[in-house]
Amino acid sequence: MEIIFGAFGQGILWGIMALGVYITYKVMQFSDLTVDGSFATGGAVASVLITLGINPVISLLVAIVAGLLCGMITGFLHTALKIPPILSGILTMIALYSINLRIQGRANVSLLGEETIFTWAQDKFNLSSNLLNIIIGLIFSVIIITALYWFFGTELGSAIRATGNNEDMVKAQGVNIATMKILGLMISNGLVALAGGLVAQSQGFAAVDMGTGAIVIGLASVVIGEVIFGNRFSFAYRMATVIFGSVIYRLVIAGVLQLGMRSTDLKLFTAIIVALALALPVFKNKIKTLKYSNK
Amino acid sequence: MLTLKNISKTFNIGTVNEKKALQGLDFKLNDGDFVTVIGGNGAGKSTLLNMIAGVFSCDNGNGKIEIDGVDVTKMPEHKRAKYVGRVFQDPMRGTASDMGIEENLAMAYRRGKIRGLGWGITDKERKEYEKLLAMLDLGLENRLTSKVGLLSGGQRQALTLLMSTLKKPKILLLDEHTAALDPKTAAKVLEITQKMVEKDNITTLMITHNMKDAIRMGNRLIMMHNGKIIYDVSGEEKKNLTVKDLLAKFENISGDELANDRMLMN
Repeated sequence: MEIIFGAFGQGILWGIMALGVYITYKVMQFSDLTVDGSFATGGAVASVLITLGINPVISLLVAIVAGLLCGMITGFLHTALKIPPILSGILTMIALYSINLRIQGRANVSLLGEETIFTWAQDKFNLSSNLLNIIIGLIFSVIIITALYWFFGTELGSAIRATGNNEDMVKAQGVNIATMKILGLMISNGLVALAGGLVAQSQGFAAVDMGTGAIVIGLASVVIGEVIFGNRFSFAYRMATVIFGSVIYRLVIAGVLQLGMRSTDLKLFTAIIVALALALPVFKNKIKTLKYSNK
Repeated sequence: MLTLKNISKTFNIGTVNEKKALQGLDFKLNDGDFVTVIGGNGAGKSTLLNMIAGVFSCDNGNGKIEIDGVDVTKMPEHKRAKYVGRVFQDPMRGTASDMGIEENLAMAYRRGKIRGLGWGITDKERKEYEKLLAMLDLGLENRLTSKVGLLSGGQRQALTLLMSTLKKPKILLLDEHTAALDPKTAAKVLEITQKMVEKDNITTLMITHNMKDAIRMGNRLIMMHNGKIIYDVSGEEKKNLTVKDLLAKFENISGDELANDRMLMN
């Protein structure tokens, strides 16, 4: 039971990161690999600020700002310097590794004995840490999904969505697509960094390599959510499926670990899940063709 | 209204593939003109429209494009969109397929305006869109929230037309916007085009491969060849033209044969 609870909590916290991935990957059709870097940046900024005695909530806000900047850099590389999306993200991600080390001053920053949102809530309500992850994660998710739902319904948000859909049309309607792409990347990485800060506070430390593979975990959450719950209904529903997808991903991981898989094999396992989920349309088509040819 | 002075455009400058698409073009469009543009492949028709829309920049420093007295020569495409409405040949290009009909219209409704944090669509707009869509007579007025990706090519072109004229543009650019449609749908879209242009008296440039349409529609016709306008006719003279006249005219002026398969088929 504790394991399931733990998976739920992790899933919801990391789901916020997956929401960031959803915005670039699904809404903007931009494969942004900045995520691996900006997630750790969020963790680094939040943790270092907390060790400096800053309020943990404010540390998260600063982490968001740091994430916005990360997205802006990738956006600049892509729009102003015309570097392809994937490469722009990789460049920022690699650069952030050094920057994160600078921010932290060392490879790990421990929050032992410091006050975080989680220790504060624990003192106040005396709940298990897994339950706190779930509750705090849910509160953040609901606020974020509501805010995103509102934002992507505004004129500006609609223009960002349309940019991901058809750049020609957006240009013809008088919108600067470069600005829209930069804005979208900023929002996405702001969320990712917030998730990084939350995860660091929850686990009690920030590590410079905590973001490694985050993009794949984010993609896994997005595609698992879509495969299981479908790409339908409203935008808010689809964002919620990303969080569900992230939870399911964690449950599966917890399951295979229980069955004796080595934790070092997890990244391989995740990559295979994502590859399979992304290849699903190909399999579906193959099956259809087979059925048809058998008739 | 629209003035082009000494506009040249060369692609792949300095390579073996160098192509002079426009050569020192001078052209003036009067308010309310509906000009049809014909010419063979590579004549520079699309380049002309793209230059006006701001997709390409001029070759030389002394070329000048003015819309309604405003010098737009150096203005980027998205800023020029304030003045220019466009419908592309490919029905997929003018609309966002994953977004609803009303969302697409709302994007167009705000052309030339700064997009802020106000609601993307208001209820008042929806009522207006319903009325306008009803005018298209394609049954789209009951499908405001349908994804545009579910529409046929003809419906998408009609919607793009509506979008490009929703905020009356100074100039409407139609780049063979019916070429990808079947004849019946093409006729319908042309009919809608005529209706919309007349309703708001929109200054229009329409490229077409169909010479009959070129003669039948609009008040002025220009023929292009090798990046130049070789024939410019309007008024009574245009009305009395026949396809035969046009072909003869072309051979006469250019010393070339206009007849490519696509034009003859029509």
